[in-house]
This record gives sequence, C-alpha cells and structure tokens, in this order.
Amino acid sequence: MAETNKNKGLIASILGLPNDDPKKTIIVAFLLCLVCSILVSTSAVMFKPKQIANKQADIKKNILAVTGLLDESSDVNTIFEQFEVKIVDLETGEYSDIEANSYDQRKASGDPAQSIKLTQQQDIANIGRRANLAKVYLLKEDGKLKEVVLPIHGYGLWSTLYGFVSVKSDLNTIGGLQFYSHAETPGLGGEVDNPKWRKLWQGKKIFNDAGELKIEVIRGHVDFQREGAEHQVDGLSGATLTSRGVSHLVNFWLGDDGFGPYLKKMSEAEK
Amino acid sequence: MANEIKSSVIDPLIDNNPITLQVLGVCSALAVTTNMMAALIMSIALTTVTAFSSAIISSIRNHIPSSIRIIVQMTIIASLVIIVDQLLKAYAYDASKQLSVFVGLIITNCIVLGRAEAFAMKNPPVLSFFDGIGNGLGYSLILLIVGFFRELLGTGKLFGHVVIPVANEGGWYVPNGLMLLPPSAFFVIGLIIWLVRSVKKEQIEPADYQIHQVHRTEVL
Repeated sequence: MAETNKNKGLIASILGLPNDDPKKTIIVAFLLCLVCSILVSTSAVMFKPKQIANKQADIKKNILAVTGLLDESSDVNTIFEQFEVKIVDLETGEYSDIEANSYDQRKASGDPAQSIKLTQQQDIANIGRRANLAKVYLLKEDGKLKEVVLPIHGYGLWSTLYGFVSVKSDLNTIGGLQFYSHAETPGLGGEVDNPKWRKLWQGKKIFNDAGELKIEVIRGHVDFQREGAEHQVDGLSGATLTSRGVSHLVNFWLGDDGFGPYLKKMSEAEK
Repeated sequence: MANEIKSSVIDPLIDNNPITLQVLGVCSALAVTTNMMAALIMSIALTTVTAFSSAIISSIRNHIPSSIRIIVQMTIIASLVIIVDQLLKAYAYDASKQLSVFVGLIITNCIVLGRAEAFAMKNPPVLSFFDGIGNGLGYSLILLIVGFFRELLGTGKLFGHVVIPVANEGGWYVPNGLMLLPPSAFFVIGLIIWLVRSVKKEQIEPADYQIHQVHRTEVL
C-alpha cells in the first residue's frame, strides 16, 4: 500500500512539474520514445510473417503469370508445386547444390563475395554487380522440360525493373515476360505491365540460326515483312528510355554474362 | 459539443479545405492521384493517421514541454504512419506496392502536423479526433476528384475498369498522357481552387500589394 502511494506520489510529482522544467522535458521525451518504440516494434513483429508470405506469394504469382498458368480461382501455392526450383552458377551454366529456398539473389548481388563487378562494356543493363548464382524455375511435363523461368532485372528510366522471362523447351522461344517491381512513369513506361504489350513477347526468338543473340525492343512497330521480325518487339510509345532499358536488360540476362552459358548447356542436353 | 463536432467535420470539406484553401499536402496530391484506387487508399491512410495523431497529441497536450513539442508531435505521427504502413503491407499488399514510399511520406504531410499544432494542442481529444477526420476527408475529397479526372482522361478507366474505350485497344478515345504526369495534378487542383473561390467569394484573399500603373511622366 505504501509502495503504490509512493508511486502515485512520483507520477503526480512528475505531472505536477511545470512544463518548462528540464527534468520533465527529459522524462516526457523518454517515456514517449519508449511507448512509441514498443508500438512500432510490436506492429513490425506482429505483421512480419504475413508480409513475408505476401511477398513470396507475389513472386510465385508472377512466375505463374509469365508461364500463363495463373488461375485466379485456385491457390497459387498449389499450382506453383509443379515448378522445380534450382540454383544455377552463371559462370559455368551448371546447377549448384545450394539449397534453393534459402538463397536470396538480390542480397547476393550486393555482396562482393557472392557477386562480380561488371565492366562498363558488360553492364548494358546498368546493374553494377551481378550475383554468381541465380535461381531458375523449371516447369516439367512428364519428366521433360516444358518451360524455364529466369529472373531478370535492369535499369529503365527511373528505376530498376525486376521481373521474369520464360523460355520454352527449345531454349530459343520466349514464353512470356513480366515485371513484378518497377517505378516507371504510370501510363508511359509503366505500360510494361500492359498485358497487350507483354503478349507481343510470346513466341519471339532469342537467337538467330547462327546462334547470335538478336532479341530486341525496337522503336515503333515491327514490320513483319522484314527480315528479323521474329526477334523484334514493338517499343512502348512515349517511353523510349524504358523500352531501351527493357531491351538491354533482356539482352544482358540472355547473353554471355547472364544465362547464356546455362541456356547453351541446356539446349545441348535437350538434344 | 455535438455542434462543434459536426462543424469540425464539415467545415474542412469545402469552407476550410486543407488543400484548396490552406494549400497544404499538395505534394502527395500530385503523386498518388494517377488512379482512383491509389488515391482512395492514400485518403483512408491519411485520415486515420490525422484523426488518431490529433487525438493522442490532444490527450497529452497539457504535459508536452513547449521546447520539444514539434518533436513529440512528429514522433507520435511517425509511429502511427509506420503502423499503418505495416498494416497495409500485411493486409493490402498490392495497394501498398503501388503507394510505395508515399505512405511513409504521410509523416511529412503538412496537414497532419498542421492540425496537431494548430488544433490538437488547444482542444480536447474527442474534438481533435473529429477535426482530424474532417481534415482527412477534406483532403480525400480533393484527392478523389483529381484522381477521377487523371485516371479517366489519362487511361480511360476508373478504379481500373474501362469506362471510355481507348484508341490503341480498339476504342475511340486517344488518352492524354499529360494527365498521368504530375503537372496535370497542378492544373486540376488549380481549376478546383478557381471554381471553389468563384462560388465562395469569401475565400478570395486580398492581394498582398497593388500593381501600380507607372506612367511615363512619373519615371521621368
């Protein structure tokens, strides 16, 4: 009893202090910080599992969308089970034994021990560093490869675009392209999200008969009469720099410094 | 009391609108109004933050030392914004992706701090809460009007649904790309302010100075 009285006395005496008193200023500041930090950290911890689940579901959803498997009526996780997730060493094109689920490619890109610095000539996608290992998602049907989804990223006009490109089993035909994170101008560069434009990528050929990398986004419309139309995609009107960025990043990731060696190995294996 | 609450909610809608009369919070009004959905979620987030921060600040207003009062207000506002941001990321992931940094930037929105400093520091919590709601709604109203015109004229859609079929998808309307860029929000807000002030003449401020006609003879 005496204890509570003493406590009450303490609180009352603090509240009773004039507001200008330095002691009260410090006490108020301290208590405020304490309460606010508890609130903020509680909310951060409480919502964390849900947020991580959201992020993973979002990535899975994009992988399904790029292969055309996305179906609003069924659960993303169930459909995603068809995919086999593997880690590829980009240098050699071989699979690595690292546990796929624990690997974070974005984090690895920033770590000097797990990535290489790109020279200005190599770095057409403007990403600075490239991770040594990359995650790939294999879609198989009856034990045979049907489609492989590759993570890609690179700089557009304002932002780094993160997305996926899927390649069909001939390892030359594009199955789809999709970005899940970017901050390009809505309505202009942001049209990379437009389903109509994304459809233009389907069926485009990455390499020509001589095995040279030919895929590109051109300015204006593709003339289907002309030679090489099967490698070309219409540019986005009003978004020259974003279109160029997409062209560069696709070229980078499908080229020798990206998944080039891996695609070569795979197509030899398929033959 | 009931009357006071009513007027503190209704006044900021048109008569004392934070954007059109006080011209506060314009930055986010430019950034998140490219479509109605983003504008709506931003409005809800800002209204919630303003209402609760005003109520909390008002309830401890007698014990906030004046030397650190702005920091105290900012700390409370920032905490609330972080909580709202976390909530959105957990339960409205797509929307939070679209709003990205702008939820965090509610902290710097002048409306929130403006109401805390100008109203909540001098009035009881319940009234401050409704003052926050009212100002939040006033902000929301303008945001939704701007979002309506920008999304409709810029993409031919409303809330993502096609309203006017756009030319490059087989329709007749050629969308105005400018409407999707920040300057168009200035134009729309300017037009709204013009409209409001032509109807409500009492909102017109007296000119700071009179433009004086200089005659040639005076110069000589």
